[in-house]
Amino acid sequence: MDRKALSAAFPVTVPVLMGYLAIGMAFGFMLQAVGYNFIWAFFMSLTIYAGSGQYLGVTLLATAASLGTVALMTLLINFRHLVYGLSMLEKFRGMGWRKFYMIFSLTDETYALLSSAQAPVGVNPRNFYFAIALLDHSYWIIGSVIGAVAGALIPVDTKGIDFAMTALFVVIAVDQWKAYRRHLPALLGFGVTIVFLIILGQIFGQQQMLIVSLGVIVLLLLILRDKLEEKEETPC
Amino acid sequence: MLTTAGAIAAIAVMAVVTFLTRALPFLLFDRGSAPPKIILYLGRVLPPAVIAMLIIYCLKDISFAQAGGWVPQLISVAVVVVLHLWKHNNLLSIFGGTILYMVLVQAVFV
Repeated sequence: MDRKALSAAFPVTVPVLMGYLAIGMAFGFMLQAVGYNFIWAFFMSLTIYAGSGQYLGVTLLATAASLGTVALMTLLINFRHLVYGLSMLEKFRGMGWRKFYMIFSLTDETYALLSSAQAPVGVNPRNFYFAIALLDHSYWIIGSVIGAVAGALIPVDTKGIDFAMTALFVVIAVDQWKAYRRHLPALLGFGVTIVFLIILGQIFGQQQMLIVSLGVIVLLLLILRDKLEEKEETPC
Repeated sequence: MLTTAGAIAAIAVMAVVTFLTRALPFLLFDRGSAPPKIILYLGRVLPPAVIAMLIIYCLKDISFAQAGGWVPQLISVAVVVVLHLWKHNNLLSIFGGTILYMVLVQAVFV
């Protein structure tokens, strides 16, 4: 590892250090609360490495969801990564074997840093990007392990801690609401899911209706494409 | 509760699917071909719709039979929104809302 790149990358990653330690700890704490200890937290953070995805993973493990549901929910929550990859095609070109790791570790926060951070003069930009990715990943792992250990040691009533996942999604939704000019996609998501999952889910089962909700949302978005595209010519 | 093997399988599926969603653009479009417009369109409009859907999914166990089944959720979500619009601090919004919710379900609406 290039030490110059590492010491140049560290100051850039400090905001992510704070965020990942805190959010990672909450993840580890929740995971311990549903009966999975720090070893599980370590391996989940090492191999999955996705903030909102792992929060969802806690629920999926706790409810013993089927592998099909696990795959679908993970796909849904990570769909936004598609857009991230498209804007990193140039940046990762020529990184050799490290490109594999760069793609694996492309979380929201790392994406944000890579989009804006510039390697200082004299530091190889590719080593610099790699160091940012590696540091962020290590913060996440450390945070989640600390959280799980703390959850096992501190005897607090964890009832209601799963609300952290709801709160995380609400925060993302508020940010998106401000960033997008058209709010129809979000409103559609709320409306369709309330009708299909909450109301019809009582009759047909919620697992099935979640998939139906997604199908209806995609269908409606495709039908409304002309309307939504003309009004949103300048994506943010 | 899942068996150990079941939990490992679930984690492996999460890891593989997460990696695939990150790798897909590189697999499909790294040869210089432009992505289809319809994919770019969905990539732009689907994320807010999916997050909205996941919020409802998180709240799916709400019950209007008694106050404890929906008032804590309503108050806490409102507090998260207000905190976030006011302070723009992810951690404050998430942890503020969660601690409030825990207090409400553990001590107020028992």
